[in-house]
Amino acid sequence: MTPELESAYSGRKLASRFATGASSVAVVLALLPLVAVFAYVVSRGARAISIPFFVEPIGERGAGMANAIVGTIQLVFLASAMGIPLGIMAGLYLAEYKATRLARAVRFSADVLAGVPSILVGVVVYAVVVVWMKQFSAFAGAAALAIVMLPLVARTTDELARAVPDSLREAALALGASRWRTALFVVLRTAAPGIRSGCLLAVARVCGETAPLLFTAYNNRFYNDSLLDPTSTLQVQIFTYTMTPNDDWHAQAWAAALVLVAIVIVLGVVARRLLDEKVPG
Amino acid sequence: MTGPALEPGGSPSAPPPWGARAGGVFGPPASVGGAPPPPAVALTPAGPTGLGAGCSLPALGPPHLRKPVSSLVELLAAIPSVVYGLWAALVLAPILRTTVQPALAKIGGPLFRGPNVGFGILCASLVLAIMLLPTIASVSRDVLRAVPAELREGALALGATPWDAVRLVVLPHARHGVFGAILLGVGRAVGETMAVAAVVGSRADISPSLFAPGYTMSSVIANEFPVASSELHIAALAEVGLLLFVITVAFNVAARILVARSNKSAAGAQA
Repeated sequence: MTPELESAYSGRKLASRFATGASSVAVVLALLPLVAVFAYVVSRGARAISIPFFVEPIGERGAGMANAIVGTIQLVFLASAMGIPLGIMAGLYLAEYKATRLARAVRFSADVLAGVPSILVGVVVYAVVVVWMKQFSAFAGAAALAIVMLPLVARTTDELARAVPDSLREAALALGASRWRTALFVVLRTAAPGIRSGCLLAVARVCGETAPLLFTAYNNRFYNDSLLDPTSTLQVQIFTYTMTPNDDWHAQAWAAALVLVAIVIVLGVVARRLLDEKVPG
Repeated sequence: MTGPALEPGGSPSAPPPWGARAGGVFGPPASVGGAPPPPAVALTPAGPTGLGAGCSLPALGPPHLRKPVSSLVELLAAIPSVVYGLWAALVLAPILRTTVQPALAKIGGPLFRGPNVGFGILCASLVLAIMLLPTIASVSRDVLRAVPAELREGALALGATPWDAVRLVVLPHARHGVFGAILLGVGRAVGETMAVAAVVGSRADISPSLFAPGYTMSSVIANEFPVASSELHIAALAEVGLLLFVITVAFNVAARILVARSNKSAAGAQA
């Protein structure tokens, strides 16, 4: 290399070094606050968590969040029971009839729905379910969560079912299976591991969803008597306590945040593990 | 009282009139344009940082760190927004009140004045920026990764440094997608509810100061809908909701079109 070339190149090399450094700094800057949030949740939550937190209902000093924990579990189960089967069926339709105009419209609206702020789902469920039943209820909250899950489950199923090779479908059809049998027993089964992990991720997502519950499941200081009663959830309770000036309640909120984050992360890690297991096999 | 009773177990006596127009006291402008709106302020730090991080992951950073960093970002992005709200209200806001805002107040100007309580536009914007970063970083990473390796390798083979390759080949190729990634981030910021509702200060006022309490469309619904008792109030909030819906759908559709086009042109170049 001639000296002139060398000097021209060294400037660019310097610029490249600088840009690489700057982008590494950006990574650190992006990670720092995220890690800080996580660290605060773990340290403050661990300090505040106790046996009464899990067994006592919401109340004054020494109380816990047992009814909120039960409420979250109730809602998430109910929402999954409504949202997952519907989402899988919709996704299967999208994949099996991918070119139809209806499928395209549904896929597009699923994508749009996934991007709509979840609080609007709450507004709609309030207008439809709460006003109709004349009462806040666990059922309304679960319906809102199910609507949040729907596009996630449907699009994951769609993507995975479309990745199933057509040769499998053709083999089933050639053996005389009807189209719905092929979809249900060949396509769905082949794509099942991925769909399972997609559903887990959707469950993890709604475990933390708060906005759609504010005026559907509302809140309740006691265990609810039925699914038609207002229900306390960990998510909404964290928000309620955040907005109070009470240190005891703040501690409770940190503990609840720790439980919530633990649930979400465990579900996420399990989902990823399921997906990884599928790949080599 | 003709509106729905909003106590637990209370039963609305009459369905609220969803068609009623909002007017007078409940006009939405303060929550729409609460100038400066937190989502816009949030983009100032989050855009460049997220983009830088997105660049680093597929192109510039050390290869052995890419996978762990990506999964760490994804893991942390799964933290529910209400937890960010808790952190912002109990950790970030006190820091702003005791150290950051007094320092900024010395600079003065219309942006940095007014009561210093920690809660307000600045706090909401910061927590939004933090929450946007994973979205912008991971979408722009995907977009940049979709740029065919041959293009980058060709540039490197011609003597480009890694940064030259990114600047002159990869970024121009992926520019639609990168713009889409940022739009997607803004769309999320506009709709982000719980974290903002916890710290934005909740006042329907328009003030140029970053210290002032304000509102965003989603947080006004979150904070006032559960306690709204008059029909007009509920109708006004529903209208804010409609506006929010239209805006976020517009952002999302535009972003998706951009990202899809970018990925398609990348695929085309590969073929």
